[in-house]
Amino acid sequence: MQHVIETRDLTRRFGAITAVDRLNIHVRQGEIFGLLGPNGAGKSTAISMLCTILSPTSGTALVNGYDIVRQPSLVRKSIGIVFQDPSVDDLLTGRENLRMHADLYGVPPGEQKERIDEVLALVELEDRADDRVRNYSGGMRRRLEIARSLIHFPRVLFLDEPTIGLDPQSRDHIWSYIRELRKSKDITIILTTHYMDEADRLCDRVAIIDHGVIMALDSPKALKEQLGGETITIKTSDNQLYMDRLGKAGIAKSVAEVDGEVKMTVDNAHTLIPSVVDIAFKAGIKVESIYVQEPQLDDVFMHYTGRAIREGGEKMLSGMAAVRRRSIR
Amino acid sequence: MSELRGIYALWLREVKRYSRERTRLVSSLAQPLLWLVIFGTGLGSAIGIPGLNYQQFIFPGIIGQTMLFTAMFMGISVIWDKQFGFMKEILVAPVSRVSIFMGKVVGVATDSLIQGIIIFAFGFLLAAPLHLSLELSMFFKSLPIMVIIAIGLVCIGLTLASLMNNLENFGAIMTFVNLPMFFLSGALFPVTRIPEWLKWAFYVNPLTYGVDSLRSIMLGSGWASILPIYYEVSIIIAFDIVMVMVGTYAFSRTQ
Repeated sequence: MQHVIETRDLTRRFGAITAVDRLNIHVRQGEIFGLLGPNGAGKSTAISMLCTILSPTSGTALVNGYDIVRQPSLVRKSIGIVFQDPSVDDLLTGRENLRMHADLYGVPPGEQKERIDEVLALVELEDRADDRVRNYSGGMRRRLEIARSLIHFPRVLFLDEPTIGLDPQSRDHIWSYIRELRKSKDITIILTTHYMDEADRLCDRVAIIDHGVIMALDSPKALKEQLGGETITIKTSDNQLYMDRLGKAGIAKSVAEVDGEVKMTVDNAHTLIPSVVDIAFKAGIKVESIYVQEPQLDDVFMHYTGRAIREGGEKMLSGMAAVRRRSIR
Repeated sequence: MSELRGIYALWLREVKRYSRERTRLVSSLAQPLLWLVIFGTGLGSAIGIPGLNYQQFIFPGIIGQTMLFTAMFMGISVIWDKQFGFMKEILVAPVSRVSIFMGKVVGVATDSLIQGIIIFAFGFLLAAPLHLSLELSMFFKSLPIMVIIAIGLVCIGLTLASLMNNLENFGAIMTFVNLPMFFLSGALFPVTRIPEWLKWAFYVNPLTYGVDSLRSIMLGSGWASILPIYYEVSIIIAFDIVMVMVGTYAFSRTQ
């Protein structure tokens, strides 16, 4: 497997604070890789170093095979970036912003029009391309920035909190563009987010980062599985008898009756559903409802950063609670 | 080649921004006209300068003033770029800091030059009521001098912007840079009649030589310049070179 990004003990300190602490990640060609963490966890600092905006205190990284410390110019040519804060010129039109970017990145003049039209179509901004950005909504500006980051055909795209501050509809739009991108172009995407659902829905792999350190790194699915698998909840005409029979079958890791329903933790819920129903059928018990629940990435996040909360004390707790509230909303 | 395209892109942006900020554009054109029409007429009728029409005398000074103010304001606008995040987009582009700085210099210098040209055009339009005697040849002779004046002034603005992170000091720049440079350039009164203790302040001001050489062109033989025009032009160019280097240094150090 080819690695597009490889960090080697990447570290950045600001005075006494270590924002990123000996980060070692390997990002594979063509994947969507998420850095998930609360505000101030070090995600943006890590991205800034990979984009050569910020130089590391120690360690380095390879992006597209170029060293971020020694070959920043080559790194820059091969990456696209969407910053957390807006960075378009609002006195210019959308198209003018794109053209300027194309010039800055050395896109040959003959190819510019075609590429600009292509990226405008991708983010569905063709109709508004000649309006000044001043008259764009927040979501449209974001889309323009995504379009801009793609003009020079980057092989790696960095998205720093791509949907922060956007309404749910705009977020859905942005997500679909990101998925579309991955499908249609051979592009690797690194995104930072503090929205769990964003990481869950978009990313192939997620690194949970807190205090500049990676707490966990895996696919969202694997991370969730580490929490102890899935839950099957079944409601029957005779829960006591059912639990007795279920215990004898020995397919559940744990069984409990909660609010008149039987909840069991299992590995691979979907393949077990037939057996679960079969047990009830053989005992002559009527099944009233059944559903499967996978653990949420929220739970994973709490699981890993929860340790940090207890170590960090009261103040961290309120910060975490805020992050969690936002993620739920 | 790609560096040149980068400079071109930044130049184009600067000029577009300049032409689209209507309110600022109008007010920045109104100000020199107030100086020229009201101040010039008023003070000219009160004191006057022997052998010269006062409006004709301050006209080159007002061109210097409008170019100075435009260069400063537009140069300092780099701070807006920093505050609104646009600077990040430029700094992360595969273009060297030197080219980014040069793009800004030629862009803002163009704004400043356009402003000077517009005032020149007003001069032709208002020639009769203001008793100005202007010829087209004066305009073409003045143009290269206006170009070299603009470059140095722009670099001052950009250097100041590189050293500042917000616009709180904007008023201070106005008080301690713009107005002293304007008043101490001989734009409004002849340097020769200034007392000796204040003269040095005029002689260290590069704008003095800019205004003086424009005056040599527009007043012709009726004007005794401080130094021969070739010396004055050399001083301005030397100042430009120093300021480009200082500005490039200050700019590459920021961020």
